[in-house]
Amino acid sequence: MNSNESRARGHARWERLRGSVRAGTHRASLAGGVLLAAACAEAPSTLRPASAPAHRLFVLQWWLIGIALAVMLIIGVLLLVPLRHRIRTVADAPLEEGGSTRPIAIGVVISALILIAVFIYSAVVLAADAKPDTPPKLAVKVIGHRWWWEVQYLNADSSDVHENVIGANEIHIPVGEPVRILGMSADVIHSFWVPQLQGKIDLIPGQTNVFWIRADTAGRYRGQCAEYCGLQHAHMIFWVVAQSRADFDAWLAHARAPAAAPKTPIETEGQQAFLASSCVLCHTVRGTRAGGTLGPDLTHVGSRLTIGAGTLTNTPGNLAGWIENAQSIKPGVDMPRLDLPPATLRQILAYLESLN
Amino acid sequence: MATATIETRLHRLWETPHSVYGFFASTDHKSVGKRYLVTAFVFLLAGGVEAMVMRAQLIKPANHFLSPEAYNQLFTMHGMTMIFWYASPILSGISNYFFPLWIGARDFAFPRMNMFSYWTFLMSGIVLYTGYIAGVAPDRGWFNYTPLADPLYSPGLNEKFYCIALLLLTVSTTVGAINFIVTAFKLRAPGMSIGRMPLALYGTLTASFANIFALPSLSASLAFLYLEHQFGLHFFDVAGGGRPLLWQHLFWIFAHPWVYVIVLPALSFVSMIVPTFSRRPIIGYTWNALGVVATGVLGFGVWVHHMFATGLPPMAMSFFMAGSMAVVLPSAISIFVWLVTIWHGRPVMSASMLFVLGFIFLFVIGGVDGVFTGSIPADWQVTDSYFVVSHIHYVLIGINVFPILAAFYYWLPKITGRMMSERLGKWNFWIMFIGMNIAFFPMHNLGLLGMPRRIYTYQAGLGWTATNVVISIGAYIFAFGTLLFVLNFFWSLIDGPIAGPNPWDSASLEWATPSPPPPYNFAVIPTVRSRDPLWEERLGMGKRSDVFEGPVISDEEKVTMGTTPLDGLLQQVVRFPEDSVYPFLTALAITAICYGLILGLWGLALGGALFTFFFVTGWLWYAPAPVEL
Amino acid sequence: MATTIVQPGNTPPAVTLPVNGKPHHTSGWWGMILLICTEAALFAFLLFSYFYLDAQNTLWPPPGPPDINLAMINTIILVLSSVPARLGTTAIRRGAREMLSLSIVVTMSLGLAFLIIEAIEWSTKSFTPQTDAYGSLFFTITGFHYAHVVVGMLMLLVILLRNWAGHFSARRHLAVENVMLYWHFVGVVWLFVFTTLYVTPHWWR
Ligand code: HEA
Ligand code: HEA
Ligand code: HEC
Ligand code: CUA
Ligand SMILES: [Cu+2]
Repeated sequence: MNSNESRARGHARWERLRGSVRAGTHRASLAGGVLLAAACAEAPSTLRPASAPAHRLFVLQWWLIGIALAVMLIIGVLLLVPLRHRIRTVADAPLEEGGSTRPIAIGVVISALILIAVFIYSAVVLAADAKPDTPPKLAVKVIGHRWWWEVQYLNADSSDVHENVIGANEIHIPVGEPVRILGMSADVIHSFWVPQLQGKIDLIPGQTNVFWIRADTAGRYRGQCAEYCGLQHAHMIFWVVAQSRADFDAWLAHARAPAAAPKTPIETEGQQAFLASSCVLCHTVRGTRAGGTLGPDLTHVGSRLTIGAGTLTNTPGNLAGWIENAQSIKPGVDMPRLDLPPATLRQILAYLESLN
Repeated sequence: MATATIETRLHRLWETPHSVYGFFASTDHKSVGKRYLVTAFVFLLAGGVEAMVMRAQLIKPANHFLSPEAYNQLFTMHGMTMIFWYASPILSGISNYFFPLWIGARDFAFPRMNMFSYWTFLMSGIVLYTGYIAGVAPDRGWFNYTPLADPLYSPGLNEKFYCIALLLLTVSTTVGAINFIVTAFKLRAPGMSIGRMPLALYGTLTASFANIFALPSLSASLAFLYLEHQFGLHFFDVAGGGRPLLWQHLFWIFAHPWVYVIVLPALSFVSMIVPTFSRRPIIGYTWNALGVVATGVLGFGVWVHHMFATGLPPMAMSFFMAGSMAVVLPSAISIFVWLVTIWHGRPVMSASMLFVLGFIFLFVIGGVDGVFTGSIPADWQVTDSYFVVSHIHYVLIGINVFPILAAFYYWLPKITGRMMSERLGKWNFWIMFIGMNIAFFPMHNLGLLGMPRRIYTYQAGLGWTATNVVISIGAYIFAFGTLLFVLNFFWSLIDGPIAGPNPWDSASLEWATPSPPPPYNFAVIPTVRSRDPLWEERLGMGKRSDVFEGPVISDEEKVTMGTTPLDGLLQQVVRFPEDSVYPFLTALAITAICYGLILGLWGLALGGALFTFFFVTGWLWYAPAPVEL
Repeated sequence: MATTIVQPGNTPPAVTLPVNGKPHHTSGWWGMILLICTEAALFAFLLFSYFYLDAQNTLWPPPGPPDINLAMINTIILVLSSVPARLGTTAIRRGAREMLSLSIVVTMSLGLAFLIIEAIEWSTKSFTPQTDAYGSLFFTITGFHYAHVVVGMLMLLVILLRNWAGHFSARRHLAVENVMLYWHFVGVVWLFVFTTLYVTPHWWR
């Protein structure tokens, strides 16, 4: 797949999405796509917090940076001033003597006071972060896999899997509401990090780390795995999509629904080809007999923002390239090169594209 | 005194023959020290070249210059080479060369173990790099987290190379640590009470004690991991009842003390250089000494700050946050001691002093980064991002490489007998200092912008690209600066002015010997009665120590003075063993065990073990002395 | 050979210093103490790992508390073996070489008994090192200790040979002091291993 070509197509798709929003289309499944266009040029920066907790960390950060710069400046000056007395060689002046250790003590005491302040401030932030102002009504189980994210929506009390709501690499949350996250791992340690929303928390096999996130402005926030997890650690990306409660509910209802039935002949052929191929060993498409769990759930793959855990934007070209040879795009990934005949590829592509 | 004859006789007694046998059998701490320095410096260059290749990969987004496999091996080998095979051994090199000279002794307490320590260090590096050459280098990062490093996710020999090469290095380091401690406590010149020791000793001593108690934690975890890989045991995998975090605890219990192990000696070298180039005795000797020791002790209580994101209970973590704040204070002491000394002195802007001043500044930057990451909530944002990469390079390059270069400019004339070029030295400093800041300061920003570490490539459009370009350019500038040092060194060997015994007019005992020192170091074991024996007459105190005249002990047998540990009172005469090839042979036999263990060649391992036993027995087989007192 | 003390000017009055001096003043003795410190730390970390996984697992030890009998016998044997070791040290301080040889032989016999019984105990276990983390730790910790006993035995063997070669005397016998010290250490460490592996499971469950 020519990368320029696919980029051009991807761009066309964004334009289309953006246009559809301007036209007032409110397809829940597309809402994220808009944000993709809006957010793609933006850095996932801790310096642009989009939630109260991240903002707290942001303020703390600036204080610490301020202290750091002040200490650097002071020590820097203290280092340069005595150079006024410098001499050229060791033979140029007699040895000095005397001198008091008092400045050392003063310096240490001042440092200690600053450090105590840093400690207290940090402890306060730590306590504030322990739990959200209001108890979360929504819980999401995030399971790290090499190298993608499985996302399951649970009931508020974390008791059970919301029927059928399993997705990948994309977490939709209602804006302004805290969401409890249950972090787990299916294999090695990963780390959940959405810089604009909160700090990192590791996903460790054998334990569930419970934390919460919240987004105070609607938007798309880039997250990336932050614990080295092997070959494709670099391409283990996900997006958090914060949308209004109404949009979110619509999305959730849509996500719960089984896969759309094929409508056109090529889609139908595609479905048959898909079900006949090895794809089903690893992928689930709810409503069909594809029930593999090694790879991401593909029930609504057509509406996803990205393919391969944020590696590519979800354009038909990219998707085709991925199915044809995921290994060339994300070397080492657990999806083998399938060498499908071009006709089959086209059919499967059409089918997957239809899975909105 | 008939010095000439005594000196020639001492020379004959202590000299190692210049032969192949002599090369492998020499126990002279000065040749051990030189070998350590050269070998460790080669590892610095190797790790540096690895970094250069990494920076080429990261210079633009979505780069295909390196495959992910290649990149992962590179950054792991870079981290391991730098932290284990460069940073600590280079300090051992300086300490090895100068320890006896600082304390007025003729050699180490265990000269043969000293040699053994060097050979095992070299062999462990060779073991590691055979893995690299064979394409199965460790690739799970220098801290090698499980379960990623468990057999299930890391089949292949890579992890075995990691475990065994490091285990061998542990042996070397432990042996060296014991040697430093015993030497410092037993062989100090008469009169050199604990409060008169050159400050350089405190760093190496503290580091050695830290090694004694911290290294076993690494050895245990390495042994566990090796057993998992070779024999299918379970320590870290959940399915078998193990826990991934056990590795993290064991590793960081070792590794945080270790990061102080690789800086405290450097700090205390600086404490030797600052007084010389401030033309005055240090102010706050006791503060500084206690501060160094306190860092070593507190360093054992902060390891969890590497695990702030693992979901441990906040109360437990807060304890370690407090520890991380407390451990700053001893460092603050050192900084202020140097500052006050410079303020009350007449600074000489030699190349060495420039590196010291640069170091202090970089230390502060790296240190305050550490405070930043020491704050739990702040760390949640920056951990495992390029912010931490910035911290580690500011501390490691700032507090290890820069002081080492300062130490080289200061002490190499003693080792080679020739001066380095001051002019080139200053260029060397400025290029490295500027390159360093261009390369590593922007990494803070990159971390705050959300770039995780250990990614072999990154996407365009995230605001990371320009910064990465700047970083790569800075890295090449820095590397060029390093090259200048190498040039300066070779220039000095060929064309450097003769140094003479004390080119910087320094105060400590090593400068009382010719440059380079004779094989026996001191004909007369000095008697020390102040902290600055060579400056006494020019300081108000008047002459007290006897550095050049005094008792000459035995020109018939290799001996030095043994003193009491604290007060430095004469206690005994210490006899040294003769040169021997056993340390080398033992190291070879142990290396055979290592390859046997890695490759599963049990015959080789067993053979190695048998030979180890024979060689050690030969090594320790002393016939009784002809005459006894 | 006499130690020459040339003595001009203001040095301390001429004294004759002992060569190497009392065992506790020698470098070798200090070296052994430090070796023991680092080995002790090693065992501390092994036992830390045991307690860590104990705390993290609900069922620990999975096969139930281990049978204590053989280990108890072994404990007694190893503690007892320190007695001849000690006798050997005091003997050589008096210069009694035969007594030293005898003590070493007795100590080694007890050590051998320990090794054999330990091997028997291992063979009675219902689990292997591969079974689970408990099995791994059990065998690794006891295995590490076993290796230390073996090394201690080898050291005893070497000083036995050296004693026969006539290396030791009342004044010169640092190797004996050191090896015996190491042997005592191996015994003391066993007490900790024993308490951890065999006693605490009975206390706590
Ligand atoms: C050279 C070794 C070295 C040194 C000396 C230090 C020094 C310190 N380090 Fe660093 N550290 C590393 C090497 C080192 N570190 C490495 C290699 C890692 C990364 C490992 C990895 O993940 O790969 C790491 C990671 C690391 C982390 C984990 C980051 C993470 O992964 O999330 C933390 C967290 O607390 C930390 C803290 C500190 C602190 C508080 C100090 C303190 O000792 C610093 C004290 C010094 C000063 C503060 C400057 C002087 C003081 C003054 C001038 C007084 C005035 C100052 C104030 C009032 C602030 N370090
Ligand atoms: C003492 C320690 C030390 C030193 C000196 C350095 C030096 C450098 N380091 Fe390194 N670094 C670490 C310790 C160190 N590093 C550690 C511990 C890690 C973490 C690893 C991990 O995550 O597991 C790390 C990780 C690390 C990363 C992050 C990788 C990642 O997370 O993906 C990067 C990226 O830029 C980097 C870059 C550099 C650069 C550009 C230098 C430069 O300063 C290098 C300068 C170059 C030289 C000093 C050599 C000069 C050589 C020549 C001029 C050629 C001459 C050649 C011959 C004569 C043959 N380092
Ligand atoms: C051996 C297992 C396996 C097989 C067979 C397999 N896949 Fe995959 N697939 C994966 C895994 C694992 C991923 C996640 C990769 C990643 O992002 O790291 C994946 C990802 C995908 C994605 C991207 C999903 C997303 O949201 O990022 C698509 C689309 C996909 N596969 C389609 C297919 C199709 C079509 C086939 C058959 C023609 C197929 N797969 C066969 C394992 C498999
Ligand atoms: Cu998952 Cu890194
Ligand atoms: Cu640390």
